[in-house]
Amino acid sequence: MKTYDIVIIGGGPAGLAAAVSARKSGIESILIVERDKELGGILNQCIHNGFGLHTFKEELTGPEYAARFIEQVKELDIEYKLNTMVMDISHEKVVTIMNRTDGMVEIQAKAVILAMGCRERSRGALNIPGYRPAGIFSAGTAQRLVNMEGYLPGRKVVILGSGDIGLIMARRMTFEGAKVQVVAELMPFSGGLKRNIVQCLDDYDIPLKLSHTVVDIRGKQRVEGVTIAEVDNHGKPIPGTEEDYDCDTLLLSCGLIPENELSNGMGVDMNRVTSGPNVNESLETSIDGVFACGNVLHVHDLVDFVSEEATTAGKNAAKYVKDGEGRAEGGRDIVLNPIEGVRYTVPGTINVDRMDDNLTVRFRVGGVYKNVYVSAYFDDERVIHKKRPVVAPGEMEDIKLTKAKLQEYPDLKTITIKIEEA
Amino acid sequence: MEKRELICIGCPMGCPLTVEMNGTEVASVTGNTCPRGDAYAKKEVTNPTRIVTSTVMVEGGSVDMVSVKTKEDIPKGKIFECVKALKGIKVKAPIHIGDVIVSNVAETGVDIIATKNA
Ligand SMILES: Cc1cc2nc3c(=O)[nH]c(=O)nc-3n(C[C@H](O)[C@H](O)[C@H](O)COP(=O)(O)OP(=O)(O)OC[C@H]3O[C@@H](n4cnc5c(N)ncnc54)[C@H](O)[C@@H]3O)c2cc1C
Ligand code: SF4
Repeated sequence: MKTYDIVIIGGGPAGLAAAVSARKSGIESILIVERDKELGGILNQCIHNGFGLHTFKEELTGPEYAARFIEQVKELDIEYKLNTMVMDISHEKVVTIMNRTDGMVEIQAKAVILAMGCRERSRGALNIPGYRPAGIFSAGTAQRLVNMEGYLPGRKVVILGSGDIGLIMARRMTFEGAKVQVVAELMPFSGGLKRNIVQCLDDYDIPLKLSHTVVDIRGKQRVEGVTIAEVDNHGKPIPGTEEDYDCDTLLLSCGLIPENELSNGMGVDMNRVTSGPNVNESLETSIDGVFACGNVLHVHDLVDFVSEEATTAGKNAAKYVKDGEGRAEGGRDIVLNPIEGVRYTVPGTINVDRMDDNLTVRFRVGGVYKNVYVSAYFDDERVIHKKRPVVAPGEMEDIKLTKAKLQEYPDLKTITIKIEEA
Repeated sequence: MEKRELICIGCPMGCPLTVEMNGTEVASVTGNTCPRGDAYAKKEVTNPTRIVTSTVMVEGGSVDMVSVKTKEDIPKGKIFECVKALKGIKVKAPIHIGDVIVSNVAETGVDIIATKNA
């Protein structure tokens, strides 16, 4: 069986940055496995600008951002396989891959980095009985059709859900000559970035109706129209608020969910809130030597943070390979406890002996809060108290911890992170 | 005096801005929390600009479509002319990031360049 020090599953921005970082940390034997015909992942279909503001201090488009990392992978001569699907990963890190030229092949990895990204939430998004005529697409599918295949899925469009892909597609389809009539969002706030609401909807006078949902779809063969209605606090349609729209296309933009069939298959411990693996300070899952980063770990809206996270995962995987059996075992684990408005944290535990000098803890909040503090309690003592004018579910938050600070608290068991009123 | 309502996109705070106009001159900006909001509002009401991104067809390349953008931001009012100018354009591979696909698009003085290798 062929062996590699590190096998990386997925060649999107997470996989690419992890590979570059592992190579720079001194690992020669690395393989990236990508099922698509090119590297770059979802960025290839995100042709709009707004990537890399943090990393490169300029606004790149998705393909340009990907190209910067693909160049590095090529310069560093990192091996990758395209058109190759990872079918299975065993608990012992035997990776089963398949492609047309080699068929099914098994590879032994010393460390594995999970970087499979996410897929769109679809099931449950449309909670209405009746036919499913042609003309209903997920926003991501529509994005792929328009941007990669040059095919416009429809001319009169209604969008359900105000996730970023839906917003971006409202503008994109307008450019291609379609009429986007309305974006309906079930929640009282949008899950998308503010700049996308302004630059994709407001610029083109496309109305955003918050607390609204689709209650009926007309048409048997092809969508002919939809009815949207306002919903109450419990998400129930309010009778009498229905409005009919004629349209031939309904786009669903109802959020993303990490793609974790492989992680589940190998028995990695999963987090119910993120739908990604539970990880420690090294971004290592419950299985030794298996790391995770990017959208497979938790859904990101800024690729810069994906690259940052993946760089950490790559470095830690390299360390794991180099230390081998000799790595520091034991030590104490501090548990991170997200409560009161904080939905989850990545990582979920911290081993102070193993952590880097600096650690970024990322999390999302459950609602929109204005003029609040993000606080971290070391057991009962409030240690971090950061003022935030506004926090919202659509924008990821973080706090920074240092090893030096944590070493001052030798008996620390729990770090509680919460939102507090000012 | 004419009033215009905007949302600042400078940061996630998304301050609601009110701009008072004296003809074509900005008389005042209120609602901003920091100076960036003031600058954004002034630009947005006097000379709003955007980067425009789209795709064009490519022949003989590794992919069917190549993504493109305006090299710099163009006046908002020129967006649709710019998009129209890209309709039906077909380029031949090889194409490299930064290659000029259309020069001086819609008389804006700005070029359309490729954002993907094909
Ligand atoms: C529509 C949209 C718009 C966005 N807009 C912005 C923006 O304006 N600015 C910004 O900064 N960020 C933006 N983002 C966020 C950012 O692009 C993503 O967070 C980032 O691309 C995630 O990277 P990733 O590598 O984790 O996942 P992906 O890019 O999804 O890559 C995962 C890769 O793994 C491969 N893979 C999966 N399973 C397997 C398998 N079994 N075998 C082999 N390969 C496999 C996939 O083919 C894919 O190539 C946007 C995201 C989306 C979806
Ligand atoms: S005015 Fe300042 S604080 Fe308010 S949204 Fe704009 S940049 Fe942010």
